[in-house]
Amino acid sequence: MNPPVGQRKLRLATTSLAGCFGCHMSLLDIDERLFELLDRVDLDRSPLTDIKRCGPCDIGLIEGGICNAENVHVLREFRQQCKVLIALGACAVNGGLPAQRNHLDLGQCLQEVYRTGPGIVGGQVPNDPELPLPLNQVHPVHEIVRIDYFIPGCPPSGDAIWKFLTDLLDGRTPRLGHPLLHFD
Amino acid sequence: MGRRSWKRQPSPGATVAGIFIPHLCHHPEFKPQGSCKLCTVKANGRYVSACTMPAKDGMEVENNSPDLNDKRRTLLQMLFVEGNHFCPSCEKSGNCLLQALAYELEMLTPHFTQFYPDRPVDASHPEVLLDFNRCILCELCVRASRDVDRKNVFALSGRGIGKHLIVNAESGRLADTGFSLADKAAHVCPVGVILEKRQGFLQPIGCRRYDLQPIGMQVGLMQVGRPPATGSSEQGS
Repeated sequence: MNPPVGQRKLRLATTSLAGCFGCHMSLLDIDERLFELLDRVDLDRSPLTDIKRCGPCDIGLIEGGICNAENVHVLREFRQQCKVLIALGACAVNGGLPAQRNHLDLGQCLQEVYRTGPGIVGGQVPNDPELPLPLNQVHPVHEIVRIDYFIPGCPPSGDAIWKFLTDLLDGRTPRLGHPLLHFD
Repeated sequence: MGRRSWKRQPSPGATVAGIFIPHLCHHPEFKPQGSCKLCTVKANGRYVSACTMPAKDGMEVENNSPDLNDKRRTLLQMLFVEGNHFCPSCEKSGNCLLQALAYELEMLTPHFTQFYPDRPVDASHPEVLLDFNRCILCELCVRASRDVDRKNVFALSGRGIGKHLIVNAESGRLADTGFSLADKAAHVCPVGVILEKRQGFLQPIGCRRYDLQPIGMQVGLMQVGRPPATGSSEQGS
C-alpha cells in the first residue's frame, strides 16, 4: 500500500541509550502490524537499520536514560533532527532501574567491577579515550533535551506503542488509558 | 469541629455516595489530616481538602474537572520526583495507591527534575523491610502505630524537603522496636515502604489490585492498604 499521492512517507528514527533494547523488542511486538507501520513510515537511524547518523526525521523514539557522554551526543543529534521526540519506556522517562546506581559512588563502582570484585586478577578500569566516560548519575532524557511525548512502561507493551504511534500518525492526540498505561 | 464531623462520618461522604475523589493520606479508619492535597476539590468556589472539609447543606462541590485534575497530576508528579519510584522493580507495583492514581489521572511523566534521594533501606526486622526512598509522608503508619497499635513505632523527622520517616528506637532500627507483622501499621502503607519479607511478586501480573479495573471504578470497594485476595476470588471482595 502506497501513501496517497502528494503525501510523503514520514521518517522515523529510533535509538537505545542507557537502555536494555527491551523497548525495541516491544516495538517489534506489534508483530504483523510492522508491515502496516513500514507502509506509513521509513526508518532512519535505528538499531534495525544500518544508517549511522540521524537525518531529518519526523519522529524520534528514544529508549533508555542518559548514563554516559556518548548518550548525550546521540540524544542531542536526535533532538536536532527530529520534529517530534518521544521518550520510550521507564528509563527514558525517569532514569529507570539503571538510576538505582545514583546513590553509589561511580569511582567505587568501577573499582569494584574492574579491579577488586571477586575473580578479578590484574584488572584495571578501562581508560581508552575510545570509550565514553560515564556520568556520575543517570538522568532521564527530558533533563538533557526537550521531549514532546512520553510513553511509560518497562517496557511499554506493543499495543501501547502501536496505539501511541497510530494516534500520532493519524493526527490525534496520543492517549494511553487503562490497561495500556502502566509503569512496570 | 472537624474532629466531631469525622466521628459522625467515618468515611468521606462522596465515597459513600459512590463518587471517586483521588486521595493518598486519607484512610476511612483514621482521622483525616489533609496532607497529600490530592483530594482538593472546589467547594462553593474555594479550593479545599475534601477529607477535612465538613459537608454543609447546599454546598456545591466541583470534583472531576480538568482544572482540578491538572493540579492533582502536578501533585503526583512532585511526589514521583521526590522519591525513587522505580515501579519496574517495586514489589508494590500493581497494588500501589500512588501508581494507581497516576494511571487514573493519565500521568505519563514525572515532568520535574528527579531528586534521587539516598536513604538506606532498613532490613533489620525479621519479617518486614523498610524502603524509605518511596515514602510519601502520608503518616498512615505513624497514625496506625500510635492510635491503633499503641506502639508509636514511626514518626516524621526533619523539615522541608529533609523531612523523612524514622523509626522510634535508640538505634533507629525497626528490629529494636516492638513492631510486629500483626500490627495495623504493618499493612496500612499505600506505597512500597513497609513490605512484608518473602512475599514479593506473589501475585501474577493481571491479578493485582489495579490490573483489572482502574482505581476510579473501584469506589466503594476501597480498603486502602489491604491487598485483595489473589486470583478469581478477588471479584467477591
